Amino acid sequence: MIAFLLAQTIAITGGTVYPVSGPKIENATVLIRDGKIAAVGTNVAVPAGATRIDASGKWVTPGLIDGAGQMGLREIGAVQNTNEATLRGNEVAASFNVLEGINPASTLIAVNRMEGITTTLAVPNGSLIWGQAVLIDLDGSTIEAMRAKSPAAMVADLSEGAKDAGGGSRAGVAQRLRRVLNDAREYATRRADYRRRQIQDLGASAADLEALQPVLRGELPLLVVANRRSDIETALRIAKEYKLRLILAGAAEGWMIPDEIAAAGVPVLVEPMDNIPSFDALGIRYENAPLLTKGGVKVALMETATENTRDLRQQAGNAVASGMTWEQALRAVTLTPAEILGVADRYGSLDAGKVANVVVWTGDPFDFSTGVEHVYIRGREIPLRSRQTELLERYRTLPPKY
Amino acid sequence: MRHLSIGLALLVLLAGCASAGARTTTASAPPPAPAAAAAAASQETAGAIGPQYPSTYQRHPNPPVLIRNATIMTAAGQEIQGGSILFKDGRIVSVGTSVQAPSDAVVVDGTGKWVTPGVIDTHSHIGVYAAPGTFAESDGNEATRPVTAEVWAEHSFWPQDPQIPLAIAGGVTTIQALPGSANLIGGRSAVLKLVPARSVQEMKFPGAHYGLKMACGENPKRVYGQRGGPSTRMGNMAGYREAFIAAQVYRLKWDKWNKDHQGDPPERNLRNETLAEVLRGNIYVHNHCYRADEMMQMLDLGHEFGFKIRSFHHAVEAYKIADVLAREGTASSIWSDWWGFKEEAMDGIYENGALLQQAGARVVIHSDDASGIQRLNQEAAKAMYHGRRAGIPITRDQAVRWFTANPAWALGLDSIVGTLEPGKMADVVLWSADPLSVYARAIQVYNDGWLVYDRNDPAHQPKTDFSLGQP
Repeated sequence: MIAFLLAQTIAITGGTVYPVSGPKIENATVLIRDGKIAAVGTNVAVPAGATRIDASGKWVTPGLIDGAGQMGLREIGAVQNTNEATLRGNEVAASFNVLEGINPASTLIAVNRMEGITTTLAVPNGSLIWGQAVLIDLDGSTIEAMRAKSPAAMVADLSEGAKDAGGGSRAGVAQRLRRVLNDAREYATRRADYRRRQIQDLGASAADLEALQPVLRGELPLLVVANRRSDIETALRIAKEYKLRLILAGAAEGWMIPDEIAAAGVPVLVEPMDNIPSFDALGIRYENAPLLTKGGVKVALMETATENTRDLRQQAGNAVASGMTWEQALRAVTLTPAEILGVADRYGSLDAGKVANVVVWTGDPFDFSTGVEHVYIRGREIPLRSRQTELLERYRTLPPKY
Repeated sequence: MRHLSIGLALLVLLAGCASAGARTTTASAPPPAPAAAAAAASQETAGAIGPQYPSTYQRHPNPPVLIRNATIMTAAGQEIQGGSILFKDGRIVSVGTSVQAPSDAVVVDGTGKWVTPGVIDTHSHIGVYAAPGTFAESDGNEATRPVTAEVWAEHSFWPQDPQIPLAIAGGVTTIQALPGSANLIGGRSAVLKLVPARSVQEMKFPGAHYGLKMACGENPKRVYGQRGGPSTRMGNMAGYREAFIAAQVYRLKWDKWNKDHQGDPPERNLRNETLAEVLRGNIYVHNHCYRADEMMQMLDLGHEFGFKIRSFHHAVEAYKIADVLAREGTASSIWSDWWGFKEEAMDGIYENGALLQQAGARVVIHSDDASGIQRLNQEAAKAMYHGRRAGIPITRDQAVRWFTANPAWALGLDSIVGTLEPGKMADVVLWSADPLSVYARAIQVYNDGWLVYDRNDPAHQPKTDFSLGQP
């Protein structure tokens, strides 16, 4: 049955196609087969029996990717029992992988995917090392079905939120992180001693130190939350010392040091509409994303409010209003997050061989006048329904007919 | 990513309310006639102790301004292509397609640009929950007991909050700064013109009604559940009723003494003084309330004590009782799309505003957020377009009213401000593009005819003291 569904061939024809990996193509076809993009272009042969979707006058883009939020891990923020993102009692929760906390039946999934968001990072929360974030497609009844990459990143905090884990001082946080990384290195060469209890006390459990090995090898990126310029510099410094693959998240004051960030080859996840100053980021400003981009930094845009991941579109529109080009903004919510999270071979652009996450829009995806006509995730057409559409139907005419 | 912090989330729940008639007397400018009577009433209630923190607001001088050849959205039914608007001495003089300007007018070329009335936010905590957001400036919730009708938001308001210039740059000219939603009755609101000032009194909108912040639902019982109550919604309700019962007694005593001056004046009580003004209709009730069934109960509370609820706030389920709200004449101050962060917000839908508009109820788009206040035009656009896609025909004029004329009404200011019509106060925004587009930015903001903000002129880009010498 599943094989039958996946074998469905869909041809989206006549639209203006934005592959992202190349310039837009007018009056083009996107051919989907077996859950993958089979072909994109103006001369695509549509096989007999294919479902034809007329996208004339419409825009066709890759599904949007949000590298932030807690999709599937959070149902109602204020209700503890519906939140799975935080592991209590472990400030160095490197082995905490959130995949099994994800609820594929979360109502947030349907609400957000119908606005064109097809893939999101599900991010843990915590103290110093938060745990392992996983990348999920917003379709599937099991976590195996939803999983795009697990783990996608190790998440750590070097912002003021981590200070308690560092004895109340940012210097303490940096030192503790180094101790943990040193211990992880030590552990890797002395596993036998560890089992024989012939090793000094280590700053984290064996499971957590084990989980840090791919980070030390540069295989698993370390996604660090840092906003103050000095905290960004701490992250860059530690990443350089330990040869880590660093991703910065937030980076609110990054616009002050784009050269340093670019020179280090470190990509950044930025939330454009966030410009409220705090002592953690007095220099926060709307123009962060465009200034970083101009400075040669690889920038992805994010929306951190899980319930409203759909506002990623508005984030992108505002980034354009602040100075990113439209093309840069589109890339920043598709191919760039895919690249940053190491899945660009499968996601982020409309290219043959990639996962068929495709959206057909009535116009510019970032403007409010645009509606979503079709959403495909892994080649399956997503019903544009959620409990919100059901509420709308119930209360369209009053009094409601219960 | 700061929003991922759990501690901050809890603060947001309370502060942001997502959590939750006396008119101001003026010391200088002559108050409009109706205000005088109401002001006198409050003076009398107070036992003629003295003026109660009168507004010292003064209009900044500005040469006359003519914006020509723009698309003018009046919020009074017209979208004028190639239109012009002239304002002088703080008042709109004329709006139309051919407007003559006096020789001393500054002429602004509005070609390719749009003009709307200034944005009005009925629900803000800027100033009372000021940035940088530490304990020192967390002054929005007097969460020491469930009913604090005696406190006034303006006494917590910090005019040097760096969030204020950000809101101004978003086109906001007037706000209602509210206490938070920890309390059943949080206190008086402050209706303020958003202009640089040394004191909150300089910002108090002359002639504005005070508001009374009330909150139902989850927040008060969460805050007081372990601290002597209320711990349930029924406890919430008893709390409001007990407060108003005491205020009724107080009001009768003072009304009698104000009439016959027999004997010593009754003892003055700040809490009952404010609530008595609500009962007299001089102070407007602004009620944080999410669920439809709770809003119905609060409407009945109003019936019990003879006051109207001016606006429900957040009103995530207002669409479920749009017909009732239209009939009651109670506005709904809502978001476009916030939902799901609390159970009482679970049923939020994009079409809330559109369904209310369709039913003839008054819709206000509010922020309850220092970031959101900068984009009320965008939020209104989201609500409009989603309504249209659901088959509910919302016009552009209606959507603009959601952040201009309708909030003006909710604050009792609709005779003064909120539309672009001759005689109205010149709160005017010049936009770089269609304000209902994500790409629009406010280029110029005029508050009472004064160029308070100009995107292209550093001489007109206010900064509060806090920002000086900072990155």
